[in-house]
Amino acid sequence: MENNLVLRVVGKLLIPFILLFAVYVQFHGDFGPGGGFQAGVIFAAGIVFYAIIFGLDQARRIVPDRLVETMLALGVLIYAGVGVAGLFLGGNFLDYFVLDRNPVHGQHRGIFWVEVGVAITVCGVMLKIFYMFASRGQREEDA
Amino acid sequence: MSLSAHLPALQVVLPLLSAPLAVLLRHGGLAFAIVTAGAWAAFAAAIGLWLQVGEVGTISYHIGSWAPPWGIEYRVDRLASFILLLVSGTAAIVLPYSRASIEREIPRDLHYLYYAMFGLCLAGLLGITITGDAFNVFVFLEISSLSTYVLIALGRDRRALAASYRYLIMGTIGATFFVIGIGFLYLMTGTLNIVDLGERLRAVQDSRPVLVALAFITVGVSLKLALFPLHQWLPNAYTYAPSAVTAFLAATATKVSIYVLIRFWFSVFGETLIFHKLPLPQLMLGLSLAAMFAASFIAIFQDNLKRMFAYSSVGQIGYITLGLSFDSVHGLTASIVHLFNHGMAKAAIFLLIGGMVVGLAGRGAVSPVLTFDKLAGLAKRMPLTCFGIVLAGLSLIGVPGTAGFVSKWYLIVAALEQGQFWIVGAILLSSLLAVAYVWRFVEVAYFHAAPEGSGKQEAPLGLLIPAWLMVIATTWFGLDTSFTVGSALEAAQQLVRVGK
Amino acid sequence: MIGELFEHFSYLVTVFLMVTGLYIVIARGNLIKKLVGLSIFQTSVYLLYIAPGKLLGGTAPILAPQYGIYSNPLPHVLILTAIVVGVATLALGLALAVRIREAYGTIEEDEITALDNARQDMERDPDR
Repeated sequence: MENNLVLRVVGKLLIPFILLFAVYVQFHGDFGPGGGFQAGVIFAAGIVFYAIIFGLDQARRIVPDRLVETMLALGVLIYAGVGVAGLFLGGNFLDYFVLDRNPVHGQHRGIFWVEVGVAITVCGVMLKIFYMFASRGQREEDA
Repeated sequence: MSLSAHLPALQVVLPLLSAPLAVLLRHGGLAFAIVTAGAWAAFAAAIGLWLQVGEVGTISYHIGSWAPPWGIEYRVDRLASFILLLVSGTAAIVLPYSRASIEREIPRDLHYLYYAMFGLCLAGLLGITITGDAFNVFVFLEISSLSTYVLIALGRDRRALAASYRYLIMGTIGATFFVIGIGFLYLMTGTLNIVDLGERLRAVQDSRPVLVALAFITVGVSLKLALFPLHQWLPNAYTYAPSAVTAFLAATATKVSIYVLIRFWFSVFGETLIFHKLPLPQLMLGLSLAAMFAASFIAIFQDNLKRMFAYSSVGQIGYITLGLSFDSVHGLTASIVHLFNHGMAKAAIFLLIGGMVVGLAGRGAVSPVLTFDKLAGLAKRMPLTCFGIVLAGLSLIGVPGTAGFVSKWYLIVAALEQGQFWIVGAILLSSLLAVAYVWRFVEVAYFHAAPEGSGKQEAPLGLLIPAWLMVIATTWFGLDTSFTVGSALEAAQQLVRVGK
Repeated sequence: MIGELFEHFSYLVTVFLMVTGLYIVIARGNLIKKLVGLSIFQTSVYLLYIAPGKLLGGTAPILAPQYGIYSNPLPHVLILTAIVVGVATLALGLALAVRIREAYGTIEEDEITALDNARQDMERDPDR
């Protein structure tokens, strides 16, 4: 597929918007439908799209395996970190009320960081799954 | 922040945090250190919780400071704290053991994933036990199950893959049944909090959706706990998983599922529905007896040592569910004590078998499949390992002075209380089957001649010490029953009082 | 009769999917088909939870004076979690199927069982 001109051009045009849309879904999650799950999947879909058009190796150069694996751990840590922050600020685990002097702002802040964590992990997991399955077939063909 | 007030959250969060850290570090040794630290911290938290429950009674912890029944509540009563001790204690012993054990069984670059999965599995099991929210139970159940499938698939035999796949299918069906049941309960009551569910269900106890929910939950959990006809996934999973994984699963995974069953039967549906309106006790009695006899009988004819003890596990689960079928404090006590004692004994046996695999393989060789012909005269080569298995085996049989005797004693007391003398006979008879399969090991290991030219090949100390800790615990709880029986009796009384 | 059927339409769909999925899991020997069945089975549960959460004429759960009735958001949140669990299970199942294909050379369950049995016989009696 690497030589298909139409795909390459359309891909190059679309992928920035897909990634941007993911960020929009992420931050708009406060007011409307959206949030970390959807944003993470859309972001990963953009990169999967790139990998399909430009080849897996190229995608792996941009988003290396190491980074993907770090992402899946990091997101969980951010999520749990918000919970532990609540503990240290005098509330219960995952207590958002104590994250700011104004409890409503605290809620907002807590949800924001939790959603960031979710998005990073979901994106990492989707990419990891894609890389794992996509690379299997290739290795067999080479052999 | 005072540490003791947040123990319920830390109990789950510490092992849960250790898993992503292990992935982040990507180094076998560091991952080992951090997950082991997490497990030990969890064990410390469990001890703290056990003491706290003794002082102040049931603890309720509100996650995110949202009051139940709206928010998720972590609820620790006597039973939960007892199971938490079993799960975290086993993990605290098995983890140091796995360092030396997986060296030969799992490729080195996957070690950090093994520890991460172990941490997740531990967090899931602890979460199931501690949470007071029905849907949360499902989420933690799946966290622990998914990591368990991965852990089993890490076994070096290719049959580990097939076993893991089979367990994945059966386990997912079980968990989905469970969540269907929860769905019906939620439709009927509009709440997911276990205590709240118990109170609200009383008004609608006879309605059909509640009965459907009960059926789905019971069958789903029975799949996970390997109740007799639903045990098909267990023997292969135990046989081909890495030794440390088998030991951990045998001691905790099925036991936690039994805990879920007890929790839903007594705290949610209530005793009257389960024991007086439905023929569930009779059904449970039949299945338990079938497990005790059929599974123990199958165990006798196995050629593979690990598989033999896997079938023995199915049989022993029969004793635990038998106690549930009595509808009495003593029966429930017997179940809870046997759950604990059998967990310890089986963990000890599988840990020792893991040492045996390493000892027999020698340096660098591929680890052998432990069929009985390879064990001839093993007692001379590995005296400590074999003696440990015999001691733990005596506990499986229920010889006086071992932990297994204590739980069987309470089972018999409960049966006599009901005036069902034939059940006493059945318990004794099925114990004879246990004698038969333990004797098979003794005969081969102690009385068959060892092959020529085999010197002393005791398992490495790193494997022997944790395993023997378990063996000593099994014997200890056979002689001093104040901790196990005391906790179980208190837990049973609490459950029956609330369930009334 | 017909009216009653339509009243319980969502439940009928749910039960149909549930039984179809479970049947596929049990009746098919192909590991991938089994996973397809398992996914259908799990999907039916999503419907079971979400359908009763919808109120006719209800809006999104936003606190505003002009809206009195709104749909129950809790089932959606629960099922979002269940969907993630389902995806994880499917991914793991497929990964196992790939590994099984590499190790056994087949993804038919009866062939795998036959290979396993042959191996077990060999272990029991290596001379044969």
